[in-house]
Amino acid sequence: MTFATFLEIMLAAVVLGLGIWTIVARDTYAAAVGFIVYGLLVALIWVRLDAVDVALTEAAIGGGLGGVLLLGAAARLRATEVMAAAEAPGKGVCLGAAALSAAVAVAIASAVLQLPEPAPTLAPAAVANASATGLANPVTNVLMAFRAMDTMLEKVVLLLAIVGVWSLASDRAWGGRPGPRHRSDPRGILAFLARLLPPVGIVVGIYVFWTGANHPGGAFQGGAILAAMWLLVIMAGLADTPPVSNRLLRLVLIGGPGLFLLVGLGGIHFGPAFLGYPPTFAKPLILGIEVAMVLTIAATLGLLLAGAPERSTEP
Amino acid sequence: MSFALDAMTIVAVSAGAFFFLAGTVGLLRFPDTLTRLHALSKADNLGLGLVVLGLLPQAGSVRDGLKLLSIWLLGLLAGATVSQLIARTARQDEPTR
Repeated sequence: MTFATFLEIMLAAVVLGLGIWTIVARDTYAAAVGFIVYGLLVALIWVRLDAVDVALTEAAIGGGLGGVLLLGAAARLRATEVMAAAEAPGKGVCLGAAALSAAVAVAIASAVLQLPEPAPTLAPAAVANASATGLANPVTNVLMAFRAMDTMLEKVVLLLAIVGVWSLASDRAWGGRPGPRHRSDPRGILAFLARLLPPVGIVVGIYVFWTGANHPGGAFQGGAILAAMWLLVIMAGLADTPPVSNRLLRLVLIGGPGLFLLVGLGGIHFGPAFLGYPPTFAKPLILGIEVAMVLTIAATLGLLLAGAPERSTEP
Repeated sequence: MSFALDAMTIVAVSAGAFFFLAGTVGLLRFPDTLTRLHALSKADNLGLGLVVLGLLPQAGSVRDGLKLLSIWLLGLLAGATVSQLIARTARQDEPTR
């Protein structure tokens, strides 16, 4: 057994143990923290599997933004914790849920173990056709060209999620600013970090997006970093969330999927098919869509975390 | 030359790992929040710094080396800020004597 295999077995064992601990943990806050660490360790597993693109996404969403969302939810639920503990499901329900989950896990595991060796894969085809778009990162090629339909619909789903969150607003707050107004000491450490980090974070976010054409990275990972910087500034109280009725904000939100759809429809007329790029313009068109997309993703993720509109625009 | 660089990597990364170990032991053994934070931030700052220092000779290019250094600097910034914030919250939660 090589050292790397030993390390992988250790990592898998820790992830499994942490997963079980997160489920068993009584305290909502502790469970949320456990889930964040779980997300970061799963990202390490993706790195070991050479899926760096997935690892970046997992770290940004599972460990980062998802973690903030869960911690916020845990803070809101703190007042109801005692009541929820009193209404805990009985032993029978718990055992039933555990048995059902174990059955699903066994079914998935046996399906994976029965895959033919080597497993069926389209990876060689994706790598062989990379020249069609002029991008060197096969993941970006699959996302933006070979399976562009899935990616476009995914962005529409993000848009629907935002509409869902906004629809939780009360009548009075409709069109207002999402989330509470954060205040912190303007000379404090959080405000200091929120002034120091965003210039660096914005450069890193744009770099991760830009390098996605040829190396691991891309619009989603870059957008998540940009969203994190935006949220940091909001949480430090240096800026307020924009009112959701803001025209410019809504334009940014529909910009990514809108441009994607437009280019896709253009493909019927100028290119081979719907979402088929004319070969000579493939790379500039994909990059153009991704620029609009990175802004849309940053705004969408930031607003998803900011929550439903709570305050009317009038002070 | 490459032997000296490899030796430096082994020494520095081992020293970094030792600091992480010591920080973790401190986190588990120290009695209150502030001392635990103290142990943890030592592990973050020095441990990560030594690991990065040890990896520098193995970096393929100056660019990769700069990326490693900036990871350490960002880690320092995040660690220091979070320690301050946690310490402040812990102090507020403490009953006034």
